Amino acid sequence: MNQSNGRFGVHGGQYIPETLMNAVIELEEAYNKYKDDPEFNRELIELYNEYANRPSRLYYAKRMTEDLGGAKIYLKREDLNHTGAHKINNCLGQALLAKKMGKTRLIAETGAGQHGVATATVAALLDMECVVFMGKEDMERQALNVYKMRLLGSEVVPVTTGTGTLKDAVSQAMREWTSRIEDTHYCLGSVMGPHPFPTIVRDFQAVISREIKEQMLEKEGRLPDVVVACVGGGSNAIGTFYHFIDDKDVKLIGCEAAGRGIDTFETAATINTGRLGIFHGMKSYFCQNEYGQIAPVYSISAGLDYPGIGPEHAYLHDIGRAQYVAITDDEAVEAFEYLSKLEGIIPAIESSHALAYVKKLAPTMSKDQIIVVTVSGRGDKDCAAIARYRGEVISE
Amino acid sequence: MSRITDAFKEHKAFIPFITCGDPDLETTRRCVLEMVKNGADIIELGIPFSDPTAEGPVIMEADNRALSGGATTDRIFEFTKELRKETEVPFIYMTYANVVFSYGIEKFIKEASDSGVSGIILPDVPYEERGEFEEVCDKYEVEFISMIAPTSQDRIKMIAKDAKGYIYVVSSLGVTGSRSSITTDIGSMVKLVKECTDIPCAVGFGISNADQAEAMAKVSDGAIVGSAIVKIIAEHGKDAPEKVGAFVKELAQAVHEA
Repeated sequence: MNQSNGRFGVHGGQYIPETLMNAVIELEEAYNKYKDDPEFNRELIELYNEYANRPSRLYYAKRMTEDLGGAKIYLKREDLNHTGAHKINNCLGQALLAKKMGKTRLIAETGAGQHGVATATVAALLDMECVVFMGKEDMERQALNVYKMRLLGSEVVPVTTGTGTLKDAVSQAMREWTSRIEDTHYCLGSVMGPHPFPTIVRDFQAVISREIKEQMLEKEGRLPDVVVACVGGGSNAIGTFYHFIDDKDVKLIGCEAAGRGIDTFETAATINTGRLGIFHGMKSYFCQNEYGQIAPVYSISAGLDYPGIGPEHAYLHDIGRAQYVAITDDEAVEAFEYLSKLEGIIPAIESSHALAYVKKLAPTMSKDQIIVVTVSGRGDKDCAAIARYRGEVISE
Repeated sequence: MSRITDAFKEHKAFIPFITCGDPDLETTRRCVLEMVKNGADIIELGIPFSDPTAEGPVIMEADNRALSGGATTDRIFEFTKELRKETEVPFIYMTYANVVFSYGIEKFIKEASDSGVSGIILPDVPYEERGEFEEVCDKYEVEFISMIAPTSQDRIKMIAKDAKGYIYVVSSLGVTGSRSSITTDIGSMVKLVKECTDIPCAVGFGISNADQAEAMAKVSDGAIVGSAIVKIIAEHGKDAPEKVGAFVKELAQAVHEA
């Protein structure tokens, strides 16, 4: 899928200041050196299994399946990973790589705080310094995660520029990286940014689809008909899709955040409302105005509240290999409550976007068909916000 | 000889930067004319972008003021055409890749050329990605300005041999904005450039006073000052032009004598 210059069709590339060019070149060289290195992989797999609780379960959601009355539904339980989301897969990989490169300090952006917590966790484990940039708005929405990061020994820097959300946190982390490169690795949290990040992050997240495939063959003796995941930047989705891309009979569906609806300005559905542009180091689809000014997007989910999408997703969309649907706040909140009541699993509001689509899709399919949906994270962090959304004030 | 290289002929060049439309285009016009009157050799006109990842807080805020004041790419083209009638000084547009790409590269560069703009700087388009932009720039005789940074090292020669107009030498790590001191060995970066081309080198990022401007011009062919000027505009708004003029006069003199 990759071309040598980090392109996915027309998407991708390295649109960054000259100051960072040698840093990304050095990163690419280091990655190429270590990605097939047996010792590196042994260390990484040990961390995945012993520390992060991998492999994550592929759970048959019997009650949900019966309730919807159509396709058989399996949940890929990334919410059961240490730190409660898929983000740890990428952080362990990148931090280990950074350590091999001689870096002693990690910086990261975070939206919902899941990537920030995962980075802070790994930094504590590997004895590295860590600074996380987080939009001021998001720090309010996700106060518990801010506390966790500080507890883990990281500094959390509030970002007040722009909309004070994920895109501004990414911009600020990039600015920080240009000012301190020598000892610092930018642990980017999604399959976005300049090459080689979209490839590196995808490879570390591809463990999700590698496991789904094995587990599916073991449980059902065949591949699923559809795999579904939520998409902001797109890391859990690309991880869920990756090993199925060549299996043309497996449908790949990404669920974007429509916010208050794709016909409103309060949306973050990039594929459905954006157009081709260049931002945050990559060519891809972005929500933007007629003059290329990046749109102040909105979603109830801080983790999907981003105006762009990773370049490989943009490419999978272009060639028609994956389909991207938009899910509103209302639909996501309903799915959040639905899974909690039916399966006793409280999903992240991000993952609830994928579950909301499955609720619509499963009844249209037959009982001998199979859907796998990735529950990218757990929803503890969202409880206060969803309660507020329903008009209930709770104090922790 | 292009209009840009001419600007370096008689003495070292002083190159001020201003964000178009901060706080409105009329103030920008008066500031530019003051800068020219007081010795500016080239003017960098910033086209505001919502998320300028290479800028520090001063220029970020200027971009915000300009965008909320209604400065659009089309209005800035119109403004530049009018301004072109009032001065001969070379104009360089400085903006971000998406502003150009989203407008349509060909349409944007043609408009820039028709507006009498001599060059363009896109800080988020490095050497490897310049192709689709430079190709169109060449067609319309707009020079695509390259940047080198303290981290460029072995990339300097590669960038220099294909560079046009002048080379923008980034003085230090980080984003735009004042620094109390600049510790990079600019002299040896310029020397690497001069080993393969005689293109002028102008130093920018962090220069905020006449002493720094003079020191930077001494080891190169010119100095670029942005944030320190934008700061004056942030403070004085519509009353800024005379104050900008006085500041530019001091810096231009220092650079010209370097």
